[in-house]
Amino acid sequence: MERLIEEIPSFFTIWNIIFLAKAMGVTFLLTAIGCLVGFSMGLLLAVFRKTKAIFLLPLRIFIILYTEMFRRIPFLVSLLLMFYIFMIFQISDNLFIIATITVCLIATAYIGEIIRSGIESINQTQWDAARAMNFTYFQILKEVIFPQAWKVILPPAFGFFIMFIKDTALASQIGVMELTFAAKVLNNKGFSPLLSFGSVLILYFILSYPLDRFGKHMEKKLATNRN
Amino acid sequence: MGYTLVYTQVLEFFPYLVRGAWISLQISVLAFFGGLFVGLFFATIRTYGNKISNTLVIWYVTFFTNTPQLVQVYFLFFALPEFGILLSPFMAVLIGMTLNAAAYLCEIQRAGFLSIRQNELDAAKTLNFNLTQQVKYVILPHIMKVLFPPLSNHYIIMTLGTSMAAIFGVEELTGRAFNINSETFRSVEIFSLTALVYIAITFIATFLLAIIGRYFFKAKIRIIQ
Amino acid sequence: MPQIEIKSLNAYYDKLHVLKDVDVKVEKGEIISLIGPSGSGKSSLLKMLVGLLVPKSGEVKINNEVINYENKKDLRAVREKIGIVFQQYNLFQNMNVLKNVCIAPTKIQKRDPKQAEDQAIELLEKVGLKDKLKSYPDELSGGQQQRVAIARALCLNPQILLLDEVTSALDPELVQEVLDSIRLLASDGMTMLIVSHEMSFVKEVSSKVIFMDNGSIIEVNDPKLIFESPKEKRTSDFVSKILRDK
Repeated sequence: MERLIEEIPSFFTIWNIIFLAKAMGVTFLLTAIGCLVGFSMGLLLAVFRKTKAIFLLPLRIFIILYTEMFRRIPFLVSLLLMFYIFMIFQISDNLFIIATITVCLIATAYIGEIIRSGIESINQTQWDAARAMNFTYFQILKEVIFPQAWKVILPPAFGFFIMFIKDTALASQIGVMELTFAAKVLNNKGFSPLLSFGSVLILYFILSYPLDRFGKHMEKKLATNRN
Repeated sequence: MGYTLVYTQVLEFFPYLVRGAWISLQISVLAFFGGLFVGLFFATIRTYGNKISNTLVIWYVTFFTNTPQLVQVYFLFFALPEFGILLSPFMAVLIGMTLNAAAYLCEIQRAGFLSIRQNELDAAKTLNFNLTQQVKYVILPHIMKVLFPPLSNHYIIMTLGTSMAAIFGVEELTGRAFNINSETFRSVEIFSLTALVYIAITFIATFLLAIIGRYFFKAKIRIIQ
Repeated sequence: MPQIEIKSLNAYYDKLHVLKDVDVKVEKGEIISLIGPSGSGKSSLLKMLVGLLVPKSGEVKINNEVINYENKKDLRAVREKIGIVFQQYNLFQNMNVLKNVCIAPTKIQKRDPKQAEDQAIELLEKVGLKDKLKSYPDELSGGQQQRVAIARALCLNPQILLLDEVTSALDPELVQEVLDSIRLLASDGMTMLIVSHEMSFVKEVSSKVIFMDNGSIIEVNDPKLIFESPKEKRTSDFVSKILRDK
């Protein structure tokens, strides 16, 4: 225990603090980019999945396969697979780019499902009434469905964002300099694992907890607004 | 420079790979039920306990749900030896996943407690059901039905989560993929096969859970949406 | 020449045969009520007319022109001619009353927005809701919402109006206000097909009543006769059960 207290000043040097701060930035960037892209692409997936035209059937099948695939493979395996594909086929050797692309692909699948759920939660009569007035599929989505669905989509989408912060920890396994990797680096350098992993746990908490509280607050506000 | 995918070289390792799924299953089942019981205990404290124990549980749940499972296990594996506690990789992962699951399953089960419908209980009381009968005929069936989908969902998440054990050297599915990879270097082939095995496992699990749900708990979960 | 002519129409909802060899003729200005037990196909018939249920076989003619419900152009044309009001969740929850009524004329029919708005206000006044223009659906009672839905359908200037159990989801005290609006339309000469359980209203306002059961048309008759001396046994079974419950 005394050894631990001795180590504290040598652990919390400016260099280490900046190092951890940068790593925290990488974690946040991965999450944010992943979720932004995931939301946009997921939106496309959800919209096209519910079309009825026959000629779009291949697209619909692709969307279903894509979504099921990325939701049924562990993040670690997705990351490793993409890592090796990029490396072996010499597409890129930038770890951050590989991780970001993987993260975007995964987020797209999950958020696409959340959006689809939101769309499906809107009563069928809203569709029927609009179709009977000659609205096109996309007009119905834009004018009628999405204005109502976003309240149902936002809370779980935000919840996913918060969960995703923790999932990016796995990007450490392909060498991306995010928080978990930083913890390993510090540990390997000889610093106490308690301090290394402990401080990183706290940093993740600092990233996640305020967002979690905000999310719960927003959920409450949306629920009361609806009534 | 070209690279051709050669799956045949890797297929001879396939049985070895798939047997790793058995270890993954052990971890996920043990951690899930461990987390379920601890979580139930916590959920009870949260719903019926005193102020202090309630707050302690809240801190526990908040901590474990706002930090990554991977780092939690890293901590257990690397930091505990400082206190003289040496855990094998399997145990570190198992304990880590159980502690993590306990936090999430506490919240899920707490939601189940809160979903009890008072008017059903009142009706049972007026029909002279004693406490045991109330629990058996009114409370339990309803809670099981409400809890089955989110619990099943979390179980699937945990099944995928066991892949993290590979990082600590455990020879479950992903761990074995690592081993095969270091022998054959056919990385893309191996990890794509591993991905397929996970897809198969989760489909089987979802399918079984859907059947169990429908027949035992009258709860419906969808296999593909 | 009948305004609507349906011949040997068959329709399926998934595997369920919901309309079996249905024949209907509707003259201009007629008000036809469809009665029958749940699941008899009454709503399916209305939905089929506006293309929400595609027929498997048979023929539908509007103003003596055959409609191909699989053809996009035909579908758009028929929806211009026929308006429909549903049982619930009619109004677009994210728009206020005025926008609900105006949006289709403005955006879909591409009419002049000012003209559409003026007509909307006139129709809303007619159904007694002029002071609710800026209200949102969740601020209105069920009866008020249905009256807006009727105004909305009328703002598209349809030749035919379909009313699918529009009072069934309402609290009893709200039913009359909606029936009053429908009476007003009846006196204006609008061709209407009404699916309803309000038997006294059906007797009062219809020129013809069709009894359906299990997807088929069992009997078509004068409103007075169908209740007092129905031709078919199934009709009399249904009618006596309904009247007894009243």
